[in-house]
Amino acid sequence: MSEAAKRGGSAKAFLVKYSPVIILAALVVVSSIISPVFLSVQNIYNVLRQQAPYIMVALGVLMTILTGGIDLSAGFLISVSHVFLAAAAAWWGFASGGGIVVAILLCLAIGFAFGCANGFLVAKMKLAAFIATLAVMMIAKGLSYIITGGSPIKLPLEAEGCEGADALIAFGQSGDPVIGLPYAVWLAIAVVIIFWFIMNQTMFGRMIVASGSNKQAVHLAGVNVDKYIFSAYAISGLMAGIAGFLICARAGVATSTNGDGYELDAIAACVIGGASLSGGKGGVLMTICGVMIMGLIGNIMNLLSVASYPQQIIKGLIIIGAVVMNGMTQKDE
Amino acid sequence: MADEVMRLEMKNISKSFGGVHALQNVSLSLRPGEVHALCGENGAGKSTLMKILSGAYSRDTGEIFIDGKPVNIKNPKDSVDHGVSIIYQEFASVPDLTVAENIFLNHVRGSKNVINWKQLNANAKELLDSLGFGQINPKSKVRELTVAYQQIVEICKALSTNCSILILDEPSAVLANAEIRQLFGILRKLRDEGKSIVYISHRLDEVFEICDRITVMKDGQNAGVVNTADVTEKQLVSMMIGRDLESYFPERESHIGDVIFEAKDIKAGKMVQGVSFKVHKGEVFGLAGLVGAGRTETVRAIFGADKMESGQVFINGQEIKHFSPRNSIGNGYALLPEDRKRHGVLLNLPILYNMTISCLPKFCSGGRIRKAEERKFGDKMVDALKIKIGDKMDNTSSLSGGNQQKVAVSKLIASDCHVYILDEPTRGVDVGAKIEIYKIINDIVAEGNAVIMISSEMPEVIGMCDRVAVMRNGKIAGELQKEEITEQNMIELSMGVNKV
Repeated sequence: MSEAAKRGGSAKAFLVKYSPVIILAALVVVSSIISPVFLSVQNIYNVLRQQAPYIMVALGVLMTILTGGIDLSAGFLISVSHVFLAAAAAWWGFASGGGIVVAILLCLAIGFAFGCANGFLVAKMKLAAFIATLAVMMIAKGLSYIITGGSPIKLPLEAEGCEGADALIAFGQSGDPVIGLPYAVWLAIAVVIIFWFIMNQTMFGRMIVASGSNKQAVHLAGVNVDKYIFSAYAISGLMAGIAGFLICARAGVATSTNGDGYELDAIAACVIGGASLSGGKGGVLMTICGVMIMGLIGNIMNLLSVASYPQQIIKGLIIIGAVVMNGMTQKDE
Repeated sequence: MADEVMRLEMKNISKSFGGVHALQNVSLSLRPGEVHALCGENGAGKSTLMKILSGAYSRDTGEIFIDGKPVNIKNPKDSVDHGVSIIYQEFASVPDLTVAENIFLNHVRGSKNVINWKQLNANAKELLDSLGFGQINPKSKVRELTVAYQQIVEICKALSTNCSILILDEPSAVLANAEIRQLFGILRKLRDEGKSIVYISHRLDEVFEICDRITVMKDGQNAGVVNTADVTEKQLVSMMIGRDLESYFPERESHIGDVIFEAKDIKAGKMVQGVSFKVHKGEVFGLAGLVGAGRTETVRAIFGADKMESGQVFINGQEIKHFSPRNSIGNGYALLPEDRKRHGVLLNLPILYNMTISCLPKFCSGGRIRKAEERKFGDKMVDALKIKIGDKMDNTSSLSGGNQQKVAVSKLIASDCHVYILDEPTRGVDVGAKIEIYKIINDIVAEGNAVIMISSEMPEVIGMCDRVAVMRNGKIAGELQKEEITEQNMIELSMGVNKV
C-alpha cells in the first residue's frame, strides 16, 4: 500500500511540478480541436511573434520576482524606450543604416538606465520594490508622453537616407528566408537560451535565487546581495528596452500607450509558471510556458471572435485557476 | 496504581510518510496530574507523535484513549474537543492583536457575532491572574510583550479551551533562566490542578527538574519509560542515542598558539560598550553571560552584520579597516548566526546550494559553475559532518533542526576561514547532533584555527572552552582560564556578584 501511496505521491508531485506544461499542452489540443486555423503555420508564427516582446519582459520581471521584489515599471519602460527609438529615427536624423543602430542602442540604453534607477532605489535606498518601481513607472510614463505629445511617431519609410528604418521594419515584420520564422522569434529563442544558461549554470543565477530565498543569510555568508538585486532590476529594464525595440520594429510606429499592461501580463506569466512572489522560486522555461499560456488564450479567443472585453474576464479566471493550483501545491510542501 | 485510569493512552501508533516509517508501534501514557517528558533526538518522532495527538496528522494504525474511552482524532478540532492543547515551538500568536484577542482567538465568545470586549478582557484578566501574571495587560498588543510573556499568552490560549492535556514543544528554547523558573511555577500549578502535561525539551537539567516520568523515543520507536527519580542524566542520554557515551564532550588536546584574533574596545549601540578580547590559534574561546548581556551584538558588530561605532579588530596582527560580512570572510573570519531559520540557512533551496553559497567562486570559471566539482564537494561535506540527508538536492527545509544546523556549519567551514564565530551552535539541536557539532569544533581547532563560541548552556561552555570571557551589560565582566571555568564563577561574573 505504501508503494502505491508513494507512486501516487510522486505522480502528484510530477503533475504539480509540470502543471504549466500540462496546461499549455491541454490548451494546444483544445485550441486545435476548436479552430481548424489554429495549427496553421501562419497562425503559429503569428502567436509566437506576438509573444516575443512578452517573453522579453517576463524574463526580466522574473529576475526581480526571484529576488523577492517586483517590477511594475516594465510596461512604461517599453513605452518610453521605443518612443525614443522612433523619435531618434523620425526627428533626430538617425534613420540611416548606421543611424538606426544608434537609435536602437538609445532605446536599449533608456530601458537599462531606468532599470538601474529601479535597482538603485531598491538595493541601495532600500525602498519597497512595489513603491520604487511604481514611482519609476510614473516618471517613465510622463517622459514618454512629453516626447510624443500624445500622438504616434511614425518611422520614416522608403525615403532617402532612411534605409535603416526600412531595415528595422523588415526585421520586425518578416521571417528568415528558410522556414519563415519571424526574426523576432529567433531573437526570443536566443534570449531564452541565454537566460536558461544564466539561471541554471552560473553563479549569477544562483545568487539571484539565493537572494530571494533568504537575503539575510546570503548577506551573512559574505555575498554582496545588493549587487545582485541591483542587477535584477537593471536586467529587467534592459529587457523592457528590447521589447520596446521589437514592438517598434513590428508596428513601424511608436505611441505612448504601447507597453501599458505588459508588466501585469509578465507578472501573471511568472506566477502561472510557478514563481513565488516572496522570492527564491521560479524558472525560465516555466515562465515561458506561462507567457505562452497567456498568449494562446488570447489567440484562441480571437480565432473564435470573442470580443476583447470578455477576453479579459476569461484571462483573469484562468490566472486565478493556475495560481490556485500552485497555491495548493505549496500548502502540501 | 495498576488499575488507575490514565488520562491519555496512545497505543501502538504507527505512521509512515511515503514509505518512510516515522513512527512504529509507539505508545505513550499520561497520568492525571503529571508532567511527562518526551525525550529523544531530533527526528526520533516526538513531534510526529504530538501532531497525531493534536490532529495535525492522522495515524495509520493504533488507538488513542482519553480517560479510558477510545477517541478518534481526525483533525485539530477533534483534538481540542477532547481537551488536548498544544503550544508549538514557534508561537502561533498574532502579534498585532491584543493579549485578550489572542487568548480567545479560537473561540471569541459573543452574542450574535458581536464581541463583548468588556467580557473578553475580563475573562483574559481572570486567566492571567490565575497563573500569577496579573501584570500583563489584556489590552496590550502581543507584539509589545517580551518573549516570555508571549509564551504566557500562548499558555492562556491553551487553557482557555479547558484542556486537560497540555503539550509544550521546546518551551524553554527562547527563555532566560528567570523566565524558565516562572514557567516551571505555572507548570507545577497546573499539574497540581490535575492537568497532564507533555514536556518536550532538549535540556536535560530541565527534564530532571520538572518532569515526573520520561518517555524516551529513538528512531520512531519507544526506547523506554522511566521515573525521573530512577535514572541519571547519563543513563538517559545513552537511552536516547542508543549507546553509552564515553563522555558527553569529546576529548581534545589543546595546542594553543599565538594570538590570531583581537578585538579592542568594540562599541556598538547600547548593548556593546567597549568589549576587548584576544583569541589564540587552536583555542575555543567562550563568550558567556546572560541573555541580553550583549554577546550576540558584539560578534555581529565585529563581523560587520551590524554597525560598529568604534573599536579595532586585528587578525594575525593586521588591522581590519572595513566591516561587512563580505570583508570579514575575506579577512578570514566567519559567523554562524544565532537564528538559524532567519539568518542561517536558505530553507527553500537545495542543501547543496546552502553548503556552497559562501565559497561558490571556488567552483566557478568565468561565472559558470563547475557542477560536478560542486557536487563532489557537497558529498565530502555530508560525509565529514555526518549530515543525515536523503539527497543533497532536496530542500533544506526537509531536514531536522540538528541537520539544518550542520548544513549551516558546513557553509561556514566551506568559507575557509581561520576564526569561526559560533553563536549558540547547538540551540534546538538534539544530543547526538550536539556531540557531532562539538567534534566539528574540535576538528577546527585541531587544524590551528580558532573558535569563538557563544553559548547559554553552562555545561557546554565548561565542557568545550579553553578560556571564557563573561559579559555583563555590554562589557567583559571578567575572564576565566580553563581551570577557573565553573558554573559558580560564571554566574557570579555574569550577575556582578564578586565585584569588589
